[in-house]
Amino acid sequence: MSMPFYVSPEQLMKDRADYARKGIARGRSVVVVGYDQGIAFATENPSAALHKISEIYDRIAFAAVGKYNEFENLRVAGIRYADLRGYSYDRSDVSARALANAYAQTLGTVFTTESKPLEVELAVAEVGATPADDQIYRLSYDGSVTDERRYVVMGGQADRLAARLEEGWREGLDLAAAVGLAVGVLGSQGEDEPRAIEAAQLEVAVLDRARPRRAFRRLGADVVAELLAAAGG
Amino acid sequence: MPDAPGRLPRSFTTPGSASFVEFLASHDPTLLPGGRALPAGEAPASPHGTTIVALQYSGGVVMAGDRRATAGSMIASRHIEKVHQADDYSVIGIAGTAGLALELVRLFQLELEHYEKIEGTLLSLDGKANRLATMVRGGLGLAMQGLAVVPLFGGFDLDRGAGRIFSFDVTGGRYEETDHHAVGSGSMFARGSLKKLWRPRLSEVDAVQVAVHALVDAADDDAATGGPDPLRRLWPTVAVVDADGYRAVGDAELGAAVERVDAVRRQEAGEQR
Repeated sequence: MSMPFYVSPEQLMKDRADYARKGIARGRSVVVVGYDQGIAFATENPSAALHKISEIYDRIAFAAVGKYNEFENLRVAGIRYADLRGYSYDRSDVSARALANAYAQTLGTVFTTESKPLEVELAVAEVGATPADDQIYRLSYDGSVTDERRYVVMGGQADRLAARLEEGWREGLDLAAAVGLAVGVLGSQGEDEPRAIEAAQLEVAVLDRARPRRAFRRLGADVVAELLAAAGG
Repeated sequence: MPDAPGRLPRSFTTPGSASFVEFLASHDPTLLPGGRALPAGEAPASPHGTTIVALQYSGGVVMAGDRRATAGSMIASRHIEKVHQADDYSVIGIAGTAGLALELVRLFQLELEHYEKIEGTLLSLDGKANRLATMVRGGLGLAMQGLAVVPLFGGFDLDRGAGRIFSFDVTGGRYEETDHHAVGSGSMFARGSLKKLWRPRLSEVDAVQVAVHALVDAADDDAATGGPDPLRRLWPTVAVVDADGYRAVGDAELGAAVERVDAVRRQEAGEQR
């Protein structure tokens, strides 16, 4: 009988984390930014059908980076979770906090018990009555959750992009400024001249505080182009 | 393998269906109206919703329901709402056992929204009607115990650019209706009224008036259908679905429609004398 090699738990977890991080870093980043009238989501995504940003419930939305089949599965699970909860209790009893917890448990369990961790990072955001009531949660491949205040960047080079975002972000941005900032951050490339990203290459959506029930709205390429022009001029 | 505590159960992460009803059936069938075991015997008298009318007009469809629910010979409610928005482009009205009917409406609204969120697109109007037929069929066991629910479904077909009306039977039969239709205890009288009042290419205002008139005629002859109540300012629930989507008709418009119907009836009564 052959004996398996001994691998220390530290090494095992480190290998898994490295594996997941590599998978996530390959993908395009997603930026989530709070603005005066809601929360904006932006990512570079040439596909108009395979979304990285999605509606979950009335005031809750989801954004993800990493492996499409894995986060799509989690997105559908989140919609099922929210709809079941709203159906059993009431629409007002569905919260981003509870959903973030369920995701965290799922990611954490897969990370420690299954042969391969999920190569995804998620953001779950809920728009409140005022900007102070907005919630943005960032979930990592190992199930760790961070309660972010105003903005989140996920994906490859998240740290560098987050530093850029921190410079540009301030309280009470309007939608055009928020989308302009997010797209500027997505196009930045370290020391080099930033790239200009065309509106058609972007997937942009908002949770709009002013909308009555379902706050989620996708912004088409023409609307995004207008916003970028307004932010630039 | 049992699920680890706290994580989303496997039924949540199983890929496949965009249907909330199918998800419930696999996750917890007791949450579905037809998924619960029924005790033997008759169900005690419970509130029943009564008359719903729907008609096509130049811009789409109008659906209207009276506000009465009855339990035996008692009036259980005089302000129940039996016409509901199903999604942005469709409306559902219900007759039959009120508790189960309202559960069906909630489930149907959720079914459409769930599909929309998962697939990122709206179901076709025929697709919505077929889903509703399947859900009505799921309640056949309840219907055989005397707890029947019969919906009336209307919507604006974005592909055809026209309003359409669908009726159902308890076995899940789905029938597309032309021009107009009515369901519920007063439907016989409402249908007679619609036949005489409906004209092709009605305007929206006229279509709302015809719908209200049909309900007034049903209330005239059916004890379980409530007419407009000017003392409490309770009007029928009326909704319009056109190319711009669903809209509930406001109290001011309804009050005016009721007055016009009353004027027509007063004039007819005067001519007879």
